[in-house]
Amino acid sequence: MSTLSYPHDDPAVRPELLPGKRDFRGITRQVSGIVEAKTPTGWKLAIAFTLSVLMILFGSLFRLVTKGTGVWGLNTTVGWAWDITGFVFWVGIGHAGTLISAILFLFRQKWRTSINRAAEAMTIFAVMSAAIYPVFHVGRVWFAYWLFPVPNQMQVWPNFKSPLFWDVCAVSTYATVSLLFWFVGLVPDLATLRDRADTKTKQIVYGILALGWRGSHRHWLNYEKAYQIFAGLSTPLVLSVHTIVSFDFAVSVVPGWHTTIFPPYFVAGAVFSGFAMVVTLMVMARRFLGLGNLITIHHLENMNKIILATGSIVGYAYGIEFFTAWYSGNPYEKFVFLNRAFGPYSWAYWTMVSCNVIFPQLFWFKKVRTSVPLMFVISILVNIGMWFERFVIVVTSLHRDYLPSSWTYFKPSLFDISTFIGTFGLFFTMLLLFVRYLPMVAIGEVKSILPAADPHAAHDHTEARHES
Amino acid sequence: MNPETQSREPRRAKKPLNGNHVPSEVIDSARSGASPSVAPASVHALMGWYETPGELYKACEALRDAGYQRFDAHTPFAVHGLEHAMGLRPSRLPWIVLGGGLFGLVGSVLLAWYTQGVDYPQNISGKEAFSYQAFIPVFFELTVLCAAFATFFGMWSMNKLPRFFHPVQTHPSFERATDDLFFISVEAADPKYDRVATKRLLASLGAHELCEVGS
Repeated sequence: MSTLSYPHDDPAVRPELLPGKRDFRGITRQVSGIVEAKTPTGWKLAIAFTLSVLMILFGSLFRLVTKGTGVWGLNTTVGWAWDITGFVFWVGIGHAGTLISAILFLFRQKWRTSINRAAEAMTIFAVMSAAIYPVFHVGRVWFAYWLFPVPNQMQVWPNFKSPLFWDVCAVSTYATVSLLFWFVGLVPDLATLRDRADTKTKQIVYGILALGWRGSHRHWLNYEKAYQIFAGLSTPLVLSVHTIVSFDFAVSVVPGWHTTIFPPYFVAGAVFSGFAMVVTLMVMARRFLGLGNLITIHHLENMNKIILATGSIVGYAYGIEFFTAWYSGNPYEKFVFLNRAFGPYSWAYWTMVSCNVIFPQLFWFKKVRTSVPLMFVISILVNIGMWFERFVIVVTSLHRDYLPSSWTYFKPSLFDISTFIGTFGLFFTMLLLFVRYLPMVAIGEVKSILPAADPHAAHDHTEARHES
Repeated sequence: MNPETQSREPRRAKKPLNGNHVPSEVIDSARSGASPSVAPASVHALMGWYETPGELYKACEALRDAGYQRFDAHTPFAVHGLEHAMGLRPSRLPWIVLGGGLFGLVGSVLLAWYTQGVDYPQNISGKEAFSYQAFIPVFFELTVLCAAFATFFGMWSMNKLPRFFHPVQTHPSFERATDDLFFISVEAADPKYDRVATKRLLASLGAHELCEVGS
């Protein structure tokens, strides 16, 4: 099945990215058709459900703000659990979007054009979901501005030597740059929607958002340069973000956290989980929005290969952590890792290992890599596994500290669970709104990779000159 | 690349496109029933469209070689290499970004120096008040942040966007410049501009629906 539907396995032969005959107009119609069509009943049901889940988030946060962080299951030994787990989980998911939009752009991977818009949107919504945690776990949210170096009544500044402040800088920069990059990419497509608008409201709203874009090549020249610069800025930025997230742990002296492998290990894990989320979402987009001809099995297979690669890096990191713990000769390090694998949280540890290390290895087989139901299941397992990874790192390192009398077993409270579930409500509500009102495939960019988009496609012309 | 995919089929338009073969001596403004020989009150540019990026490319080359300066292409996506055909210099945006990045770097160093070293020094893990090694992440992030803002605002201001209206948007088929047609516009302010000669040049290269647009 797979080899027949996708016969271009010879690496020397470049497959056409979008098979079949497609013209510019067809792409415009197909993508803007999703936005222009009558609201489907399925979408209404879906958003009713996600809004209900979002209400759970609001309720949980209301409880948190009115009562304090005591509503979570934290105690003096485990002072960080589901909140930081949820934060790292969501930030990590965001990384795939930036990887697709920036790093694959710099590597001239043209296949990214079908998925980059949706993946970037996913980044922004994942970072929004992540931001819930640092903002609310300060407890008194009305003092959240203390996180930033603005003058306040205490006349004291944030501590620039603290990884938590680095994290504030990294995540807020990441959110801002991702949003700007995403919006820049959207403008030409918003202009397409503006020019196709059939109602006054659409004309005004898309008209304002499109900023008066008129496709001028003098503008494209600056635009493409800006796009390239954004990609260039985002690439080190995205690597720095999860590096700094890992510093939250690595800079401390807690056994199990204090290791130099954390930055690359966290970045690989972030890309791993993010791509799994992109695969989950793209499989659904193909199924429900009929985008199978733009997001082909080839795209999905490429992403599965990245999942396989990053999953193997993550598996390697799990192994090397144990080696380092043994090789260090530090009894506390050794204890933490034995406790991880065989202690009271061993169920979480082995869930993590099977989801992250074992199942993705099935992607070595082309049959699995190109089977939509199988990749859907594996991508969800990867995200479960990556949530457990953060949980294992955070809680198993804390729950048995240096003083055995303070050992404890952390159990989440109802509000830990409901807050985390609620963030999915936020994420999917935003995603549904995005799919309904904005072009979820980069119309202009997909057109630009068609053979007909090459000005030299049909005729030979003399060498271009720079100046006349 | 596969030449067969170059689409030359008849197009399905939302509304019928008038004047696929406009006689070159007729300047029709196609707008508001203006009589064919009378241009809009204030002419901004002569505009027409091509079906393929290749035709547009040739037209741009022809304009450039004929010495035109103030002309533009309007395309649904960035046609790569068109800037060579138009004789445009590379974007100067990187210099703005460099400025933004330097501002962010210097600003963050000053911020760290003032808040950590001067205004309220604190003894944290025995490090010096201004320990630049520990501030690297902050310096990096603020540099990137300011560079990104410079890119964003620099690009829009170089393009003089946002703006509510531009005369080229009055071309009767302009809504397809963001869809599948490749427009060319030659400004009336160009010293080489001549209603008849310019029009003849563009039409000889296959331009459709040539007309003068204005505000």
